[in-house]
Amino acid sequence: MSETDKIIEIQHLSKSFGDKKVLEDINLYIRRGEFITLLGPSGCGKTTLLRMIAGFLQPDEGSLLMDGKELAGIPPHERPLNTVFQRYALFPHLDVYDNIAFGLKLKKVPEEEIEKRVRKVLKLVAMSDYEDRDVETLSGGQQQRIAIARAIVNQPKVLLLDEPLAALDLKMRKDMQIELKEMHRKLGITFIYVTHDQEEALTLSDTIVVLNEGRIQQIGTPVDIYNEPVNCFVADFIGESNILKGRMLRDRRVAFIKHEFDCVDEGFGEDVPVDVVVRPEDIYFTTDPGKCQFKAKVNTCTFKGVHYEMWVDTDTGYELMIQDYDAYPVGSEVMLYIDPDDIQVMKKERVCNTLYGTVKDEETVELLGCDFPLRSSFEAGTEVKVEIPFDAIDLMDNLDDGVIDGEVHVILYMGNHYHLTIKTEDGDSLWVDTNDIWDKGDLVGIRLVPEKGIKITKKDE
Amino acid sequence: MSKFFAKLYIWVLLVVLYAPLVFIAVFSFTESKVLGSWEGFSTHLYQNLLTGQMQGNASLLAAVKNTLLIALVAAAFSTLLGTIAAIGIHNLRGRKKKVVTFLNNIPMINPDIITGVSLFLLFVFLHFSQGYVSVILAHITFCTPYVVLSVLPKLQQMNPNIYEAALDLGATPSQALWKVLVPELKPGMISGFILAFTMSLDDFAVTFFTRGTIGLDTLSTYIYTDARKGGLTPELRPLMTLIFLIILILLVIINVRQDRMNKQNANR
Repeated sequence: MSETDKIIEIQHLSKSFGDKKVLEDINLYIRRGEFITLLGPSGCGKTTLLRMIAGFLQPDEGSLLMDGKELAGIPPHERPLNTVFQRYALFPHLDVYDNIAFGLKLKKVPEEEIEKRVRKVLKLVAMSDYEDRDVETLSGGQQQRIAIARAIVNQPKVLLLDEPLAALDLKMRKDMQIELKEMHRKLGITFIYVTHDQEEALTLSDTIVVLNEGRIQQIGTPVDIYNEPVNCFVADFIGESNILKGRMLRDRRVAFIKHEFDCVDEGFGEDVPVDVVVRPEDIYFTTDPGKCQFKAKVNTCTFKGVHYEMWVDTDTGYELMIQDYDAYPVGSEVMLYIDPDDIQVMKKERVCNTLYGTVKDEETVELLGCDFPLRSSFEAGTEVKVEIPFDAIDLMDNLDDGVIDGEVHVILYMGNHYHLTIKTEDGDSLWVDTNDIWDKGDLVGIRLVPEKGIKITKKDE
Repeated sequence: MSKFFAKLYIWVLLVVLYAPLVFIAVFSFTESKVLGSWEGFSTHLYQNLLTGQMQGNASLLAAVKNTLLIALVAAAFSTLLGTIAAIGIHNLRGRKKKVVTFLNNIPMINPDIITGVSLFLLFVFLHFSQGYVSVILAHITFCTPYVVLSVLPKLQQMNPNIYEAALDLGATPSQALWKVLVPELKPGMISGFILAFTMSLDDFAVTFFTRGTIGLDTLSTYIYTDARKGGLTPELRPLMTLIFLIILILLVIINVRQDRMNKQNANR
């Protein structure tokens, strides 16, 4: 791809608000004319990134290039891009015409041309004849169209859209999605779209950038992101999925739910722990014992309109979600198989918690600023690396029972247990496997279970 | 029965509240020098007031002029300062915002006499010559918080993105301020102006301590001196009546505006 195809290039961009890192080392380029979506849960940094491109925020580090020129230092009103804001942000004291003409009037465009251009965009957003209306009398959807018209009338090179459909009801949102896509095709300009709605992102985008906790998780086409998520977060955030612990036995052979399957992934090495994602629509029912890879019992079955959603218990004690056009009665024994193509194997992000601390005495190690009772043979004062398996952490209802407090931040169901991300008060993360059911936001006391194989080594080793 | 007493209570309360005003208004239509004796209906006092031919002290009209001038200038400056301050406070976050809002509220609860005396001492300490300027400065001081209080809610109701939307569409920060922010805040600014104007009009204590010795009189200080000399100038009665009416009209305007604003917001 030649350099001129890139309209915006972001390099090593970081931003903090106070102590909190909102964006960390963002690297991204945006192609001329593409529809790119920044997707992630609230607080992932997507809006911050958009606001930096618009010029309302300045990056702490890194550079933001547009057509090869640095944008930092150029105030928002001099940037050749326009924004559609989340809650429209129309000017209530101006009517529809004056709202749209606002930018053109500032640029001293001749009156006749303003009129021509306003009419043209009003037609484009299907709002002709609304020129004299007071913006406050318009419905949410109509206001959104005016907000879009007000931005595109200035013929920006890039249009930024900050969750523009979030305030609309579902039906309206679906209609507007189609219209936006159509508008993008007609205008041929670059759209940078921010949303937390994965379905919207899949529908609209040429490229999706998945963000979480201020970092880019994955960049790709909607099909790539859906079919080949790179980690548990992306798999869980986009679409429904069964995320399971697995073991790559060798190339093209993976074990999970205590069965072995053929797959298409290679290059992980032999006998390596991995995460496996299987989409619920990719588990098939069969009556042919030759095809059957494992058996299960249908636990629940819910009609979802187009398909049925079933939870089954496998003969090896795992719960899986399956979507199928046919319903199977609750309690029935079924035979199941998965195509090698449909098994997505992901490298494990981590196999245990790795913390660094100091030995206090024979019985105590200081970790995360607290004293944990851990026996070690090192002298007091030795700096150590402590590796804690996910299941060697105990979560307590009663905060006083734990050595340190934390909050349940992310919950991932892994078929037969939950994989939780716990945030401590200082913002450190711990990952925990548990069979107990917790809710997001629960406060927990954290304790270590030394018997479960916590490994303490000298820091440098 | 209890309903009857409830009604009676309201009426007694209203009579007690408004009797003095009615009393003044009634006696503004008679010529007697002493308040309380009726010497037949006459609009003579009103004519005197309008023509400036006073039975009593002619400096009454000068005092009225001073009062209005000071109130207008003070209200105008307070509106400007208060609006800017409100925008600043609105953009603060967390603890800082709380502290500044609290500091803004203190002058309003602080007794006038204390504000007056402290301003007087400050002016003396700074060797600031006392007269028009000191009185106007003093009035701006105690009026500004009221403007801040009436502009802040408008800022809170405002879509936080519209200033940025203006910048995004190519407005410089000052264009965005004048073309978008000010029109949005105008209702709050007008309410603030009217409030500041009436506060200034009404003030005695602060004016008394900051007017110095050049013989500057506003209405309130004039009446105070006049009453001490024995007997109020008769023309004060029609003047009081007129002021009361003007204030009444202003209050009605503020209330109607508020109503309309609330309805508009309900429609949003």
